[in-house]
Formats: sequence, C-alpha cells, structure tokens
Amino acid sequence: MTDVVITRPGLLTTVQDLGRHGWARLAVPRSGAADQPSLRLANRLVGNDENRAGLEATLLGVDVRFTGDRWIAVTGAPSPVFVGDRPAAQYAPVFVGAGSVLRVGAATSGARVYIGVAGGVDVAPVLGSRSTDIMSGLGPDPLQAGSALPLGPPQRGPAAVDVAPAPAIPAHATIRLLPGPRDDWFATSPYGLAYMVTGESNRVGVRLDGPVLQRTRLDELPSEAMTAGSVQVPPSGQPVVLLADYPTTGGYPVAGVVHPDDFWLVAQARPGMRLTFAPARRPLR
Amino acid sequence: MRLLPYGLVSWLVEVDTTAEATSLYDYLHALRPTGAAALITDLIPGARTVLLELDRPGLSRVEVAALLDRWHPGTPSGRTAADVVEIPVRYDGPDLAEVARLRDVSEAAIVEAHTGSEFQVAFCGFVPGFAYISGLPPLLHLPRLEHPRTAVPAGSVALAGGFTGVYPRRSPGGWRLLGHTDTLFWNADREPPTLLAPGSRVRFTAV
Repeated sequence: MTDVVITRPGLLTTVQDLGRHGWARLAVPRSGAADQPSLRLANRLVGNDENRAGLEATLLGVDVRFTGDRWIAVTGAPSPVFVGDRPAAQYAPVFVGAGSVLRVGAATSGARVYIGVAGGVDVAPVLGSRSTDIMSGLGPDPLQAGSALPLGPPQRGPAAVDVAPAPAIPAHATIRLLPGPRDDWFATSPYGLAYMVTGESNRVGVRLDGPVLQRTRLDELPSEAMTAGSVQVPPSGQPVVLLADYPTTGGYPVAGVVHPDDFWLVAQARPGMRLTFAPARRPLR
Repeated sequence: MRLLPYGLVSWLVEVDTTAEATSLYDYLHALRPTGAAALITDLIPGARTVLLELDRPGLSRVEVAALLDRWHPGTPSGRTAADVVEIPVRYDGPDLAEVARLRDVSEAAIVEAHTGSEFQVAFCGFVPGFAYISGLPPLLHLPRLEHPRTAVPAGSVALAGGFTGVYPRRSPGGWRLLGHTDTLFWNADREPPTLLAPGSRVRFTAV
C-alpha cells in the first residue's frame, strides 16, 4: 500500500474533500476544501472523481514524500512546486516516483494550495467525509511532520491536458454579496466598502478590517443559522466572512452572504489582501 | 411570521417564540421527504428561526409561503411520550450553590425545577453533540457567567440564557454548571451521530 508522508507540514495542512452535507442541524458544518473548484480541478487532473480527499496547505506550502509511484496535481494558490530538486508544473498532472519528495513552497498569491493524489487520501470517513474540521474536531487531526496517510487505488490515468489555467487571485478582489437576513439591522450597506483581510483569519472565518458597519438595532439577536459565506458582524462592526468550518448557529447579525461563485476567492484571501463588496444580482424568484 | 432571503437560494423563516420555531422545524422536517420540501438540503432551527438551506435555485418566495401555509403554532409534532430521552444527572455541579443563592431558594428547589418537567431541544450549535434545550421554568433563566471557564469537563449539565444543555466534550464555556451525566451525546459512528436533535423531548432525572 502506498502512503503519503508529511515531511514539512507548513502553517496548517489538512485532509479535505468536498465536505459533510446535510448535518448542520446537528451543529456539523460543511467543512471540506475551502476553495472547492481548486480541489475539484486537482482531482480531475489526476483522474479522480472530484470528491476524493486531497491535502489543503496554507500560505507556506507543504513537503510530502510518497512511498510508491503516484500521479499528483498541485492547484489553488500559485506556488513553486518541486519534485526533489527538479521544478515541476502547477495545475498539471505530475508523476512522483516512489520515495520522492514533493515540495510546495510558499504561495506567491492566494492562501490555500491543494494537492490531489491519484486514488485520493483514504482515511476513515466521518459522516460521509474525510475532511478535517478545525472547529468541530471531526476528521483527521491537522497534519504534522511524520504523519502518514494511506492512499486509495488510482481510479484511472491522469487527465490528457498539459496545464490547466491558473486561477487569477488579485491583490484587491471584488466579492459579490447577496442580501443577508439581517441587512435591515445596519445603518450602512457593505456595498462599495473596501476591507483588509487580517491575520486572525482561518478556516472558520476571514476576519476583515475596515469601515465599521454601524448597527441600527442594538438588541441581542437570538441565535440563528449561519452558513459558509455568511458575512457576520460582531459588536466591533468589523465583518467576518464565515468559511468552511463555520459555526452552524450564532448570535451576530448577518449583513450579507457571499455569492457561491465568489466563495473560493474569499477562501484564497491572504492577510493583507483587500476585498470590496459589490451587490450580486439575485435570480428572479 | 417573516420570510427572509438568505443568500442566493436559501430562506430564513422568523417566528415569535422558540416553541414556535421548534414546532415549525418539526413540521418542515416531516414534509422533507416529498414534494417541494425535498429540495431543502438542510433545515437548521435557531432560537426564533428556521433556515431552509438549498444548494440550487428551486423554492421561490411563493413556494416557501405555500409550504408554510398549513403550519400553525399549535401543529402537533407527532412525537410521543415514548420518544422522551431521559438523562440521569448527578447534581453536584460547581455552580449549583450559586444558582440557588441568586434565586434565593434551596439547591433542592433548583434540582426540582430542572427535573420537574419535560423540555425540548430547540436547536443545536457550539460543537457537534451540543443541544440548546428549551422550556425551562423562569426560576432557571439566568445569564451566562461573567467570566467563562477555559475548560468545562465533558458531561457537564449546565444552563444559561433560558436554555439548558450538556457539554459533549471538554471545551471552554460560560454556562452555569449544575451537575454531570455519563450519557454520551455524540458518536460519529452512529446514525444519526447525536443523541439529541432539534425537537427531541428531554427529561433530566436526579441520581
């Protein structure tokens, strides 16, 4: 059996697939890859079904060794990739021989890099997912140097592409917002306001620093459901965009919800990146 | 009742009381296998709300209103006395004496109030396995601790803000600890993984 062994875990490296669905009523958030299009792409490139588990590394990359031959693909935040000392392509299937070390360096833009591995990471699923949920403590613990993860049997050969397009992660991104359930609790609309992503951000939420969203209602909100993408506003008035490992209920009003097509970009927001909110068009309903 | 859009395709229904929210949750949960309600990917109650979460367009405001049309706050839940989950508790918590002092009653009176009637889970949150249990008598409505504990032991039976609940695992917490139980509230290998879910009927017993 082939394993992937972590030799340098970087800042935070976890196992992620597309997450746990339909358990939020029991306080289990979706979890899964924060940037789902990138994990899906990594899986397609190595010939996996899109929901196979891969690795999600944060800002500083990760180094891993394979105990057997595998096709892999590195997607997400643009990052230098090496197999041993040899530079390798990102957004493309790459062959890694038994005993070789795949080295993914610090991201040059964006926050999260994904490693898809033919066959996928085959740890025991919890509630239908192999994802690490740092909020709930479900799934495998965050990976450490020496952590070894079993790989499943490859499903099919790598995709017949040279290189897939890299995602464009600008230093100043526009994020489309839909109205939140409590947008009437605020004197100011978040639209047009620019925020800086702070270093307090993680898989639970991206914390922003910028114009205060003033509330018109100061009474306490009885706890209600949150979702991935909810823009929650604590008493400081500085919004927090909830990410994959979000709390399923909370007592801070939600001023808006990130458009599902822009969620990946919030997941790629690194400290210092600027986000401006813009109104999303809602389909007629 | 108010119908609030939540993101691209989901809806938040707001009602007046926690009991109404639980009743509405039960009603919609029973509808979910069929018809328009089958589009709901998760149904998440809060203290005064129920979120109808969808992952694709499918329910217009008119269609959600039609789903809610036949619900009224007194709609029977279909749950019977046989569904009541009994939770045996040793009332030896570090905050029991303080709770009794704040209410100017004996510790026995607090235990009696906590065991004297049946409660119901309003919603879940905080960590998997934690249920916000409602229906407490006014005697047991107390605010959270001013200084939360950095570590509350697993199995601690606690109350705050009009709810009672049991910490399913060791975690930080600001609720007032009345006692502890050996009952397991979370088991990821079980389906469903939690002992309690929204709408569950609960009775605490003193042991």
